[in-house]
Amino acid sequence: MTDALAQIALFVNDESVPVAFAPHKTLLEVLREDLGLTGTKHGCELGECGTCTVLLDQVPVLSCLVLGVACAGHRVKTVEGMARNGRLHPLQDAFAEVGAAQCGYCTPAFLLAAEALLGANPRPSRDEIKEALAGNLCRCTGYIKIYEAVELAAARMRGETAKPAEETLYGRR
Amino acid sequence: MAGGRKKPAARRKDSKEERPAALRVVGKAHRKVDATAKVTGETLFADDLALPRMLFGKLLRSPHPHARVLSVNVEAAARAPGVLAVLTGRDLPVPFGILPVSQDEHALALDKVRFVGDPVAAVAATSEEAATAALDLIQVRYEVLPAISSAEEAVARPEPRIHDYGHSGNLHKVINLEFGDVEAGFAEADLVRDDLFFFEGNTHLPMEQHAALARYTADGKLTLWSSTQTPHYVHRALARVLDLPAAKIRVIACPNGGGFGGKSDPFSHEIVAARLAMVTGRPVKITLTREEVFYCHRGRHPTLMQVKTGVTKDGAITAMHFKSLLDGGGYGSYGVASTYYTGALQTVTYRVERYQFQGARAFTNKAPCGPKRGHGTPQPRFAVEVQLDKIAEDLKLDPAELRLRHLVPANSVTANYLRVGSMGLGACIRKVVEGAGWKEKFRKLPPGRGVGLACSSYLSGAGLPIYWNSMPHSGVQLKCDRQGGVTVFCGSTDIGQGSDSILAYIVAEVLGVDPFSIAVVTADTDLTPVDLGSYSSRVTLMSGNAALQAAERAREIIARHAAAKLEIPGERVVFADGKVFDAGDPTRALTFAEAVQAAEAAEGTVGTVGSYTPPKSPGRYRGAGVGPSPAYSYSACVAAVEVDAETGIVRVPKIWIAHDVGRCINAATVIGQVEGSVYMGLGEALMEEMAYRGDRNTMHKIPSLLEYKSPTTLEMCDVVTYIIEDPDPNGPFGAKEVGQGPLLPVMPAVANAVYDAVGVRVDEVPITPEKVLKALKRKAKGEAPRHGPSAFPEIDWGEASRVPPPWEGGDGSESPGAPRVRPGSAAAERQH
Repeated sequence: MTDALAQIALFVNDESVPVAFAPHKTLLEVLREDLGLTGTKHGCELGECGTCTVLLDQVPVLSCLVLGVACAGHRVKTVEGMARNGRLHPLQDAFAEVGAAQCGYCTPAFLLAAEALLGANPRPSRDEIKEALAGNLCRCTGYIKIYEAVELAAARMRGETAKPAEETLYGRR
Repeated sequence: MAGGRKKPAARRKDSKEERPAALRVVGKAHRKVDATAKVTGETLFADDLALPRMLFGKLLRSPHPHARVLSVNVEAAARAPGVLAVLTGRDLPVPFGILPVSQDEHALALDKVRFVGDPVAAVAATSEEAATAALDLIQVRYEVLPAISSAEEAVARPEPRIHDYGHSGNLHKVINLEFGDVEAGFAEADLVRDDLFFFEGNTHLPMEQHAALARYTADGKLTLWSSTQTPHYVHRALARVLDLPAAKIRVIACPNGGGFGGKSDPFSHEIVAARLAMVTGRPVKITLTREEVFYCHRGRHPTLMQVKTGVTKDGAITAMHFKSLLDGGGYGSYGVASTYYTGALQTVTYRVERYQFQGARAFTNKAPCGPKRGHGTPQPRFAVEVQLDKIAEDLKLDPAELRLRHLVPANSVTANYLRVGSMGLGACIRKVVEGAGWKEKFRKLPPGRGVGLACSSYLSGAGLPIYWNSMPHSGVQLKCDRQGGVTVFCGSTDIGQGSDSILAYIVAEVLGVDPFSIAVVTADTDLTPVDLGSYSSRVTLMSGNAALQAAERAREIIARHAAAKLEIPGERVVFADGKVFDAGDPTRALTFAEAVQAAEAAEGTVGTVGSYTPPKSPGRYRGAGVGPSPAYSYSACVAAVEVDAETGIVRVPKIWIAHDVGRCINAATVIGQVEGSVYMGLGEALMEEMAYRGDRNTMHKIPSLLEYKSPTTLEMCDVVTYIIEDPDPNGPFGAKEVGQGPLLPVMPAVANAVYDAVGVRVDEVPITPEKVLKALKRKAKGEAPRHGPSAFPEIDWGEASRVPPPWEGGDGSESPGAPRVRPGSAAAERQH
């Protein structure tokens, strides 16, 4: 490839990072290949599965459909930016606690889509959670543990003391 | 057997042997040991890896479903910018395949291509773009051959042969087994039903595309990182095809981003990445595109089935004759085993007095089929459970009651010589019947709404390995160090099901340490003892038993020296909460580290091994190797549906499911497996299908995640899960499988519910709106209210192998008596 490289500063996970890359590269490729942020995954690179979801100015986008050069001047958040000072984000903690991550491949995308949801709606109903996550495919969980994790994290982020339901962890008696 | 037969009150009690205290780790809803890495994105999947000087590999794939490869000209590609190597079939001439009887694949086509997507040539270049561009410069001359697009067509057209081996013509495998005289059984029946069913093929659709990274160093050592469920089998295939000593090959299975059976074969891209690394001396990575994942496939075989079942008035099965015809696609893969599996597990749920199984697998010019979650058993389970629903209606019996009356007893041997241990299906049925309010709903809901019930069973690991050997199926090494650290090494592969965690929980339970302090090293052929792989729901039972044995041996060594130090008899030593103490006086205690130090001072480094080999199966006939398992799980399911008679759209608002897992090692991961199975079953029931259209139905319709319909959050149903614990003496702490069994009853339960809702039978999955409407139209016209297959082709099954069932004095082997003469039974099955 003889294209001249695009040189921009990306603002990723609250850090300004200078990066040079072929201008046809998608944000997904820039994150994974040029910035080493492999926490963002890919499932189709056609905008069909939601696996590459990141937040662009707090809005979930499919990073496989966004050009890297289009992100100059915007804030990008990936899963690597969720935990702070070695402490998990409440969503990450809840996903781990109830088993919402099985293989974990779609998990970063679900976490970010859920973070955007809770940012806009701190008390979503089950149907609102389903609607917000409908663009993300998961083949392991059947989504149920994901809903339960989002609800658990939402309660904790509202300052409530919440524990997973007995049925979530042990089934119905 | 040990005292594990007690009911729920005893659920925290060990079934395997007496323990001094209640279980502390096993059964609890712990986090998985890798949960934090999974939620932070730190887990490294195969495509997340990169090495210095790494090249990118790409495969050129066939555009034709069936063609001879006349020539491959790579000159222009080899000269293209950035290209460092180009390979063709001539560079990798040794055939391979997962089963010893089906070594029919080449990493790159040698003389023929057999499906659209079959790999023909490969390129390694300095960038993906350069590699992709170079593919366009490869000139392949093909001689296009007539293609075969369905199993029926393969039966009808033996020429041209897709492969030059197999049963005959385009039949890969033909099986004919008879356990008792089924004709006599039908004569004793009050009702004989003969039904046809079709189960469409579907695919695993893991969110992670397969990827492989190979490194070859100048000292002749090859390392392959791959998203594989079976590193041991990949290791064997690489040694053969690359002609390298196995001891110089290291295969590391990365955590799989979903497997479901789709990453269980050795694949072309793994072998090609390795060869490209050898040729170039640089690391080479190949990551498949989503389209290519559809070509790798190895998913559910499309299967046509005919089931003839005789029953008495109270529903007892006097005989069953089951026929299956599988569309195998272009290669063997696991297909011979898949074919046997379509006939194996019919007998382990309800007692079948006499049983005949005839199964055939055809080669067709489509992506190869193989093992998908449930491997060969969801198709027959669908047929049997829907037919039982029809039988119950004919006999005016409640379908739940019919099933409960005729359960296979625990600790018994079936007509086809499968040994059933613990059997909790009755408890499962009663639980979902009660939970779903079955009696208030069945045949009582308003039109358009219905409920359906179905059951299932699945293996907790295949009783035999894929290649014949008498070694253990799973091995564990355990290291206890003087700092109190414990490391468990095992070849098992975590594909998201939590197998790494299972090892930690079991070792933690035995040694009384925190499971999250245990280091788990898995799936690395250099570091870990062999485990055969993450397939057939074998890992919890087999690697769990190996871990249990290794941990018990370590405990014994440590206890001996702790007892001396504490000056107490050995039998009073308890391991719990990171301490080793006197059962009579817990204040007399050592830390676990101090106890290890005492042992290490006396005996040297504390390390143990454990291994597991399944018990020998009573079946001794040819084909008896498929079906036996150390333990069978059981599930029962009630599905509620809403059917729109105008559009034919079926909605499933809720599913109640009970699963007999023997014993939960981790309750939360058990629930997760059940919910995930229900989800995947729902997809198979309603929408998932490998749809072939163009080029005479041999071209995948649109190999993408959008066009291959799978349930999103908006289609997924609510699930109520009940865990039944009926501990099995062969399982670690009584545990059986959970990863596959709960998928099986979902499809028939939905089909039965559709009938309850609108009075039409869709004897086929997926149950699409189009099929429902066709059946409703027939009903409106007064025709049979059904959509499904109408014929099963004539197949020369050959002479049946006759094996008298145990209750007719059989010893598990084929009857030496004079075979019954049947017309047209000429072709004797080829031995392998």
